[in-house]
Parts: sequence; structure tokens; C-alpha cells
Amino acid sequence: MSDIKEIGCEEALSHLFEYLDRELDATCHAQMEQHLHTCRACFSRAEFEKRLKGRLGALGQEQAPPEFAQHIKGLLRRF
Amino acid sequence: MTDTDRAFFEQEITGLLDRLYGTALRLTKNRADAEDLVSETVTRAWANLHTLHDRHCFRGWLFRILTNTFLSECRKTEMTSLEALAEAQGETDEEPAFSLFDRLHQPFLLWWGNPEQEFLNKVLQQDLQKAVDALPEVFRVPVILADLQGLKYQEIAAALGVPLGTVRSRLSRARSLLQKALWQYAQEAGLKPSFTADETSFQASQTGEHHERH
Repeated sequence: MSDIKEIGCEEALSHLFEYLDRELDATCHAQMEQHLHTCRACFSRAEFEKRLKGRLGALGQEQAPPEFAQHIKGLLRRF
Repeated sequence: MTDTDRAFFEQEITGLLDRLYGTALRLTKNRADAEDLVSETVTRAWANLHTLHDRHCFRGWLFRILTNTFLSECRKTEMTSLEALAEAQGETDEEPAFSLFDRLHQPFLLWWGNPEQEFLNKVLQQDLQKAVDALPEVFRVPVILADLQGLKYQEIAAALGVPLGTVRSRLSRARSLLQKALWQYAQEAGLKPSFTADETSFQASQTGEHHERH
């Protein structure tokens, strides 16, 4: 852990969403993890954003109606 | 097309159908249009499958067709482009990001105990949906792709035909707008102290005084 550069709150918050979206490279990701392990304020913020993102994710979880799924199957068969 | 192509295509579409439908539903905001959009997407994807050289990119490619089909329908009716919208809606303005968390952490709300926890427990799916639906198109589409469907930034960039940096800036602005709307709903739903609570600190928070992070 000691070779990971320490980052401050401002830098951590500026990368927070990219961290939650898993878009940071391995080094930046490790720096974020280290900061969140040591800073209660940023940890709380990260947990909040993570849960909010989770709630948003639930909006996208729709099931295609069975009759529509059948329609698509029919479409695929005609190709 | 070979039998292998056909089997691959069928398998991929079947596996992704719920996600295609879920995305289309949030984009179009109604079931009939969502079904039309998915059918059109599947038809176009099949007709263009020969142009996809790397099959590992199928998901991003398919969502690109879905998004483009949706946007071209919008342009037909609205006679406008996403880029024009982006400009009109101040995509590049330097307004600082709105943080719902910081608002919930204002001193006047701290009597609640854990306000952000309370907020997450109380916010309704329909409020979230309303907030997403109300976003301007240029910000709504990346949020749907990133937060509702979990696409990678690279896939979103491909889907929208914009650089990676644009995806980041649009997502950042979209989240700010979304959180602002949720904060407004929370206030409308009664997330504020009654005025029998400490009125002074409530007014202080309204004038934009900031609490210390630590």
C-alpha cells in the first residue's frame, strides 16, 4: 500500500463518479480505494453515490413483455 | 449470412432483449414506441451485421444502433441535432456540480440523524424516473446508457458518436441536473424542518453558507 500516492479529498471527489463507474486505471483506482479507507467524509459520500447509482440502475431493469419477446423471435426467424 | 452468424445474432439478441427494451422504454417513455424502437434496431443490426468486424464489440455496436435510431426519429420530429441541443442547454457552462449529498448534509438537516440514508430510504422509484425523464435529451441519453444500463464510457462514446471527453462532461452535467431535481422533489415531499425547528440555521443554509467537510 505504501507505494500508492496519497490523494486529497478534492482530487478523490473529482474522480468519484469515474471510480464508481469503474472507469479509472488500476493506479488511480487503488489511490481512490486508499483514500476512501482513510477518509470518513469521502467514504460516506461515495457510499451515498453508490446507493443512488444502484437505485438508478433498477430503473433500467425492465423485462420485455412476453408477447413482445415472441414478436422478436418471429422477426429473427424471418431473417 | 452463414448459419453461425444467424446463431450468434439470435443468441446475442435474446440475451440482450430485456436491456434493449429497458433502454428503449426510458428513451421513448412509452411501451409502444419502445417496442417499435427495439424491432427497428434488431432489423437494422441484422442488415448491417457484416460491417461488424469484432464480435466482442457487439453490445456497444447494438446500443449504438438503438441510440442512433432513436435520435434520428427525434430529429425528424424536432428538426434539431443533439449537438445544437447541447449548446443550447449550456453543456459547456462552468456551473459547479450540484451535490445532493452536500445539500443533505447541511446543518439544518442534521437533526434527522443520517439525512442521506433517510433520503435513499424515502426516495421513490417514480421520483427517480421522473428526474431522469425530465433531463434534456443530450444529458438523458448518456445517463440511461451509463447508470441504467451500465455501459462503459467507450461504448457510450461509440453509441453517441462523440469523443470520450464529451461523454465524461455530459455525464457529469447530467448527474448534477439529476441531483438538483431530486433535491427539489425531496423538498417538495417535505424534506425540510418545520419552522418550529431552528429557523435561523435554515435561513443560513438558504443563503448558501457551506458546512465544513470534516
